[in-house]
Amino acid sequence: MSKNALILGATSDMALAIARKFGTQGYTLTLAARNLEKLQVIKADIEIRQRAKVEIARFDAMEIANHQEFYNQLPVKPDIVFCVFGFLGDQTKAQYDWKMCEEILVSNYVGAVSILNIIANDMEARKQGTIVGISSVAGERGRQSNYIYGSAKAGFTAYLSGLRNRLCKSGVHVLTVKPGFVKTRMLDGMKTPGPLTAQPQEVAEDIYNAVANKKNTIYTRGVWRLVMYTIKSIPEPIFKKMKL
Amino acid sequence: MKKLVTNWNNYPVVEADEITFEYGGELTYKLNGHPTIAHGNGRCYGDASLSESVISTLRFNKILSFDLNEGVVICQSGVLLSELLQIIVPHGWFLPVTPGTKFITIGGAVASDIHGKNHHVDGSFSRHMQWMNVLTGTGQTLTASRHENEDLFWATCGGMGLTGVILEVCFQLKKINTSYIRQKQIKAENLDEVMVLFAEHSDYTYSVAWIDCLKSGDQFGRSILMLGEHATAEELGTKKEKLSPKEKAILSVPFHFPSFVLNELSVKAFNAMYYAKNYRKIMDSIVHYDGFFYPLDSIMNWNRIYGRKGFVQYQFVLPLKESKEGLKNIIKRISKMGMGSFLAVLKLFGEQDDLISFPMEGYTLALDFPMRPGLAEFLDDLDEVVADYGGRIYLSKDARMKKEVFWDTYANAPQFKEILKKYDPDNRFVSELSKRLKLKD
Repeated sequence: MSKNALILGATSDMALAIARKFGTQGYTLTLAARNLEKLQVIKADIEIRQRAKVEIARFDAMEIANHQEFYNQLPVKPDIVFCVFGFLGDQTKAQYDWKMCEEILVSNYVGAVSILNIIANDMEARKQGTIVGISSVAGERGRQSNYIYGSAKAGFTAYLSGLRNRLCKSGVHVLTVKPGFVKTRMLDGMKTPGPLTAQPQEVAEDIYNAVANKKNTIYTRGVWRLVMYTIKSIPEPIFKKMKL
Repeated sequence: MKKLVTNWNNYPVVEADEITFEYGGELTYKLNGHPTIAHGNGRCYGDASLSESVISTLRFNKILSFDLNEGVVICQSGVLLSELLQIIVPHGWFLPVTPGTKFITIGGAVASDIHGKNHHVDGSFSRHMQWMNVLTGTGQTLTASRHENEDLFWATCGGMGLTGVILEVCFQLKKINTSYIRQKQIKAENLDEVMVLFAEHSDYTYSVAWIDCLKSGDQFGRSILMLGEHATAEELGTKKEKLSPKEKAILSVPFHFPSFVLNELSVKAFNAMYYAKNYRKIMDSIVHYDGFFYPLDSIMNWNRIYGRKGFVQYQFVLPLKESKEGLKNIIKRISKMGMGSFLAVLKLFGEQDDLISFPMEGYTLALDFPMRPGLAEFLDDLDEVVADYGGRIYLSKDARMKKEVFWDTYANAPQFKEILKKYDPDNRFVSELSKRLKLKD
């Protein structure tokens, strides 16, 4: 039987690249996101191009009360889950508008914790499975230009690390993915340096290899490990005065 | 955000806002009332898809249905032919019509109503379309076919995006047994001979000739006629994989060449070399479709050999009975000017009489001209000659034709304009081309 992959937040460019990669490798896919109409289109396209079997389900990271029911209703429980949803938001707006701020926190952290708690418990009981969390290099150190998003991702990174610590005893693999710049809709209209910017397909390749090799944390592109090491090593008295 | 947008020939370049979308519904609310035009993969040679605001279709690129038995595809307009080939060829299907590059979108194929080496047998792209959805200027998304909103269908095929944004397209593929072409190349000493050869070989599915426009005297119009049929499994033998959509390793032109590189001498040398490569009168071979249809696609950014100033591609068609005299007249003028062309492609079209599509029965010639002083005047003169013979210019390769020439040579232009008025009464879809040719006012 083919393995089942559940992709949460499946309409993003990164999720689509992950779906194509794992679909090509013979996984049966369950794509979950808010908008079923978009999912229908993506399902058709992946079934034609990747010749993969695709199911779709409605899932909203913000609707925490529905997460348990969403998971219960899945006809097949996943062998691997990808937590891809997230929301960059508008930092300046979030500083003054709680609704924006809350949306960033819930979609990048609280919602992820809620659904992964449920899935982690199930995988722990089954003593098998893989959880892939898409965090961000933005969670490595808070910067004035996006610290609300960054702090949510920092929380998510810490959550994943704790989860890994807990679940490794049950044979469940937890992978933390820290992408830098990725050429997706999230970065529309932003100019980013070429050598630091990955295509979504590259990220999907990196994730596939990391899953196969049971890695704990990856940066993608890999050069970001060095970039973030440098950024983290700047002393706070200097860092606080920088324009970042 | 403004960005610079241009097409394959790097001329003209406009500064435009770019709108992207992934779902038809998303586009409806993103259209903000500014005049705009759809823009695909930027492989046309003109200003038809340029405007102060452009709608990129490249993210509207999902394949919605592919019937393996019937060979019918439904896809969104931003899907590239190259992507489709990867999917359909392994199942024994091929594009019904393809131009000389596979890096165009389906939306572009419709808007230009593209033709290929099989035009005399299979017509242009529209002949293989079943229906399409178009977001029109009235804000409605309408289905258009030969039976439903017919006027919209015919004004959209070859209509250069002026009816609205082409969304989903449904069309019929062509059955193949292998991904190879049985090719026959015949050297023709001059123009008379190649025209005789075209007529003699009209039963071949694919035919096109490379023609040397710089030779005079006995060798005036010397050419190589290339004919092709989809190879059968028996012809292919056991050596090769029957249905492989291989895409070859790619060479790339790394930078814009300085414009002095291309001159009369270098073009003559290229043509001589190309002609000499075919050392026998007739050469038969089995070649992969990729090399047969898309010889230039294997050189990424080949347009850069023309330098930063860009180039103009000029493609016209002449009615069959005027073709011989007309071609002689025009090629003589080109040869005399030394306005050399790297690539000159000659093709005999079959019959076609659609609303606004370019092809008509007769010979079509396509040439590249590097931008240089005097070119504009020279081409204006050529336009007059083409018009006098009852011919016309291909809009997908045009960025300079005067509006009088267009209105003189496209007989259905008034009717086309009326339909545009019906589906886009407020002129929401406007391009540099529609302004230049006064198609909207």
